[in-house]
Amino acid sequence: MKRKVWHIYRLGLKELISFRYDFVLVALVIYCFTIMIIVPSKGTGLQVRNSSVAYVDEDCSTLSARIIDAIQEPHFKKPRAIAYSEIDRVLDNAECIFVIHIPRGFQRDVLAGKNPGVRIDVDATAIGHARLGAGYLMRIINDEINTFVTGVSTEADLPIRLVTRVLYNQNRENSWYMSVVFLTQMITMLSIVLPTAALIKEKERGTVEHLLVMPLLPVEITIAKVWANSFIVATGAMFSLFFAIKGVIGAPIHGSTVLFLFGTVVFLYAATELGVFLATIAKNMPQAGLLSMPIIVPIGILHGGTTPLESMPPLLQNIMQFAPTTHYLEFCARVLFKDAGLGTVWPQLVAMALIGTVLFIGAMYRFKATFR
Amino acid sequence: MSSSAADRRTIARIRGLTHRYGSKIALNGIDLDIPGACQVGFIGPDGVGKSTLLGIIAGQKKIQQGSVSVLGGDMRSGIHRRGVCSDIAYIPQGLGQNLYATLSVNENVDFFGRLFGFTSAERLERIQRLLEATNLLPFADRPAGQLSGGMKQKLGLCCALIHDPELLIMDEPTTGVDPLSRRQFWELVKDMSTSCGGMSILIATAYMEEAEHLDWLVMMEGGRVLASGTPAELKARAGTATIEEAYIALLPEEMRYGHRVFTAPPPICSDSGSAIEASGLTKRFGDFTAVDNVSFSIPRGEIFGFVGSNGCGKTTTMKMLTGLLRPTEGEAFLFGRPVEAGSIEIKKRIGYMSQTFSLYGELTVRQNLDMHAHLFDLPMDEVPARVAEMAEQFGLTEVMDDRTDRLPLGMRQRLSLAVAAIHSPEILILDEPTSGVDPVARDHFWEILIRFSREHGVTIFVTTHYMNEAARCDRVALMSMGRVLACASPAELIARRGCTTLEEAFIRYMEDDIKMHSGLPEVDDEPRSIPFMVAPERKRAQGGLFDTGRLAALARRETMELFRDPVRLITSLIITPFLLIVFGFGISTDIENINFNILDYDQKLWGRDYLEYYSGSRLFNEQPAIRSHLEIEKGFQESEFTFVIEIPPGFEKDIKRGRSPEVGVWIDGTMPFRAETTKNYVETVHLSYLTDLADLSPVPAGFSYANVEPRYWYNPRVMSRFSVVPGLMAVVLLLVPSMLTAIGVVREKELGSISNFYSSPMTRLEYLWGKQIPYVVLNFVSFLILVAVILFLFRIPFKGSAAALALGALLYIMTSTSIGLLISTFTRTQIAALVAAFALTLVPSFEFSGLTTPVSALTGGAQVMSWIFPARYFLSISVGTFTKGIGFAELAWNFAYLIGYCIAVQALTVYLLKKQEP
Repeated sequence: MKRKVWHIYRLGLKELISFRYDFVLVALVIYCFTIMIIVPSKGTGLQVRNSSVAYVDEDCSTLSARIIDAIQEPHFKKPRAIAYSEIDRVLDNAECIFVIHIPRGFQRDVLAGKNPGVRIDVDATAIGHARLGAGYLMRIINDEINTFVTGVSTEADLPIRLVTRVLYNQNRENSWYMSVVFLTQMITMLSIVLPTAALIKEKERGTVEHLLVMPLLPVEITIAKVWANSFIVATGAMFSLFFAIKGVIGAPIHGSTVLFLFGTVVFLYAATELGVFLATIAKNMPQAGLLSMPIIVPIGILHGGTTPLESMPPLLQNIMQFAPTTHYLEFCARVLFKDAGLGTVWPQLVAMALIGTVLFIGAMYRFKATFR
Repeated sequence: MSSSAADRRTIARIRGLTHRYGSKIALNGIDLDIPGACQVGFIGPDGVGKSTLLGIIAGQKKIQQGSVSVLGGDMRSGIHRRGVCSDIAYIPQGLGQNLYATLSVNENVDFFGRLFGFTSAERLERIQRLLEATNLLPFADRPAGQLSGGMKQKLGLCCALIHDPELLIMDEPTTGVDPLSRRQFWELVKDMSTSCGGMSILIATAYMEEAEHLDWLVMMEGGRVLASGTPAELKARAGTATIEEAYIALLPEEMRYGHRVFTAPPPICSDSGSAIEASGLTKRFGDFTAVDNVSFSIPRGEIFGFVGSNGCGKTTTMKMLTGLLRPTEGEAFLFGRPVEAGSIEIKKRIGYMSQTFSLYGELTVRQNLDMHAHLFDLPMDEVPARVAEMAEQFGLTEVMDDRTDRLPLGMRQRLSLAVAAIHSPEILILDEPTSGVDPVARDHFWEILIRFSREHGVTIFVTTHYMNEAARCDRVALMSMGRVLACASPAELIARRGCTTLEEAFIRYMEDDIKMHSGLPEVDDEPRSIPFMVAPERKRAQGGLFDTGRLAALARRETMELFRDPVRLITSLIITPFLLIVFGFGISTDIENINFNILDYDQKLWGRDYLEYYSGSRLFNEQPAIRSHLEIEKGFQESEFTFVIEIPPGFEKDIKRGRSPEVGVWIDGTMPFRAETTKNYVETVHLSYLTDLADLSPVPAGFSYANVEPRYWYNPRVMSRFSVVPGLMAVVLLLVPSMLTAIGVVREKELGSISNFYSSPMTRLEYLWGKQIPYVVLNFVSFLILVAVILFLFRIPFKGSAAALALGALLYIMTSTSIGLLISTFTRTQIAALVAAFALTLVPSFEFSGLTTPVSALTGGAQVMSWIFPARYFLSISVGTFTKGIGFAELAWNFAYLIGYCIAVQALTVYLLKKQEP
């Protein structure tokens, strides 16, 4: 047993040396764990932020000016004025998502109680923004008109007041959560691609045969690949957590980073085994690239991070329970943001370990079948 | 020898040529004039710079320092190189390195014919002639990857000769080729130079006896030229009888390490039974019988030689002995135990060295030795000493810290043997251990083997193509077409055929066997009536900057390779719609069924009435109620619900008294989008309750002075799939095409066929487009499938301009395949290319395309990225044409961007792709 552990250690060491020599690869991994996490989590988001609004103000009154002024960040960018004839163009080109049209004589009609119309043209292909954003705009406009007419805000004397408190992320700051989502995506991608490609390379170069003639078991060869690549990815992940997520993005990480590391290792066990399994199916590198795509991309995107699991059809939700990423993302959210302990996240850990073990058995079975 | 070197014109003039790999000097100030129209040999041990020199002369490698002029022009000049590249043919080191393994013999030659612009009639005639002359005609339809080593070299020659080169450069063409094939090969070369008199041939070889027959020789040592001249001159100068001796005599004193003539002592007689035994071993691959009923028994301590032509089943037999292959019939025994059992204990007693180099190229020599010592469980404290000892024995001390893949072939072979022997095994199974190793090192090698056998009783099973090595074995088995023809001591084999040398005996055995089995006339006595070349009737189209014929040849070859790999072809057609379907259903921002919980402290009618508005909505999904605040956090941590509504005590009473009670809502904010949507939904439901309440009460709540009305364009029901599904086309048509092409160039770099690009007249643009065109076509088919899926599965109607969508898709596919090629050009390994393909497309295609976040709402770096990655432009086109119902006029800018983008990526790729090795 001691000998086996030593073999696994030495074989894994070899992987690390090979990795270190490929400068382009090292640079790419660093890029994945920094830029590919910082940039998208800072600049993107499903909810209505920085939504672009244009307006056609034919009234040019105090009221219309107040309405336009009320449209503010963070939900909306500063609205820009356009001519009536430009409405179609800006919507077609997706330059703006909303166009507010205030008709001539609007203020006069409001004050006269004629209940005039304000039209909001919405580019309804801008998912996420269209309905919510339109709702915000309606409320803002109504509020402004009411305040203008009555001098007081509508909210003041409702019979029931609603007090909402958003836990863990008071201002619903998008980048915190998204940075963790992108981190899981990068971890998933690398932890599957790296061992697959490393094993295919051994297959193409004939070094697997060389190893099999030596007093080594396929298990040792597999586990060596698993630990070495897990080591690379886990190191990157921890670096990313401290540098990119805590440092640059400034997400408040309340939970235990030790527990996070532990869960990451469990996840990597499952994901790298998936990579090994793929390598036993693919015959050459082009096939490996192609076959890994329908695995990596869906489990990396549909794990609930890009759009919520609840929005998916029930069948897909159930299928995604078999993806280790779904459990991993849930694990990360609970540990990092909700400061959950082992007592709360054990179901995720068990699920990932189970998936990993099934893949491990499958990979070993395929390994013996294909390399013999 | 036809004439002396002085009469001939000089084909290559080299002055002060120095070449370095990192800090290592490969060539050190070479000055040399190489005579033309004759056969010039480059000889010397491994790592003296032969390959580097030939690579530079061929224009493959970039000149670092010094000057080289070949065929009357400076090889630094790209224009000159392009002008002469169709006059130079280059066959790199290693068997069949520049061939395309999945293409047949015929298709390989045909590809080169097309590349050099011959018409189909010319090609047919030339291929027929070349294949006939090389006896490859019966194998015309066999894939190159399944040819034997000798046949691969012949095929390489055919591919090189199809364009009548003036200068043919071959780097160790006969290394690893059996004696019969080697003899045929040299006869071919001889015929070739007689039938096309003007051709100059440069050959590097490790076989000194082959060098005897060449016209002019260059002896190299340590990156310098030791001596040059005709073989007769060199022998005269050294005062020796053979070139081999002359070489050693001309070496500086300190270099003649350990070279002496030696004989093997008789084997130790041991009665301990046989170490290796095979009984009736048979292996069939389909219809093809690779090994046919082979039996032998090798006693311990014997050196057993296995000799036979390439592809006769030697390697297969060895693989069965080591347990790598399962025999179809028969059994193999090691130390009296069946191999099938393949126990770890037995494996520890074997050392195996495979024919192809299979150590880790990225590791240094020391790291390789170290790792294997540990893997074979040598005691930890003995490892350093053992490693040093092996390095000493195999002459590796100097290169211990060099990367293995930068070592010359012979050096690598030594390392392989050192690795095989590091754990002092009882059996050594060696598959062509000395091919490519220089003679001095080879003698040394055999001394070690003999010492292993005689002093330590190691059983050695070895295959070789060198007959002087086979002669040193205790017994030799001759193998042909899967069968053992004869098995006896070398002396006996020679005597049986009445020959004087083992080489002659071998060839005689082979020829007899071929005659007996095929009934064909003896190949080599047949007068070769077929000329290699007819005088070129027309001058071929000299490489212009762009030639559609060459482009067609490249695209055709790439297509054929794609079709030979049906898994890849079919997967790539399936993946695109698969991804679209999965994401089409999976990516949705229409949030429903949000889990919530109730904390009702009041437990009165009004409170229940209020809560009814939430439980009754299809947006929400009520969970079993909780009792206290303490459960909120736990529920959030376990993600049981997304929000909790708290009805305060005295809720009903307060409303009735007009005291505005506070309803508390806690939302799990981890996922901000869900939290925000939830908050908005909760507020809407709350307001609707209030509105209904207002109808009952006198308080006018929510009365508005204006009618604010949103109008949802293009997608009136605001269903996310109407924009997500067409938008996904921009995602999948970036992911899949770029992945398909990302491997293309870097794979050729790793496998070696890139040398065809270096040495042929194809330009960079032709090469890239040739790789790209088949994938553009393939992905356009995928695109059509996608459109069908969107129309019929997702039932999303198409409203805009079909022509605009099709043209946009074509441009986009061209762009994404270009990105793949760019990745393939800047990466050095296939692994890096795979990672790059994912890293550069996965996140950007989903996040920066406008699929999830509208591009107008992107900020900072993400906004910049959305300009850099092309997905947003095609997303505008696909969503525009599908859902917005617009066409060219409205989308003009997107087309312009895509075109510009594509050109920019291609320009960058061409810039990064080098036409020469660094």
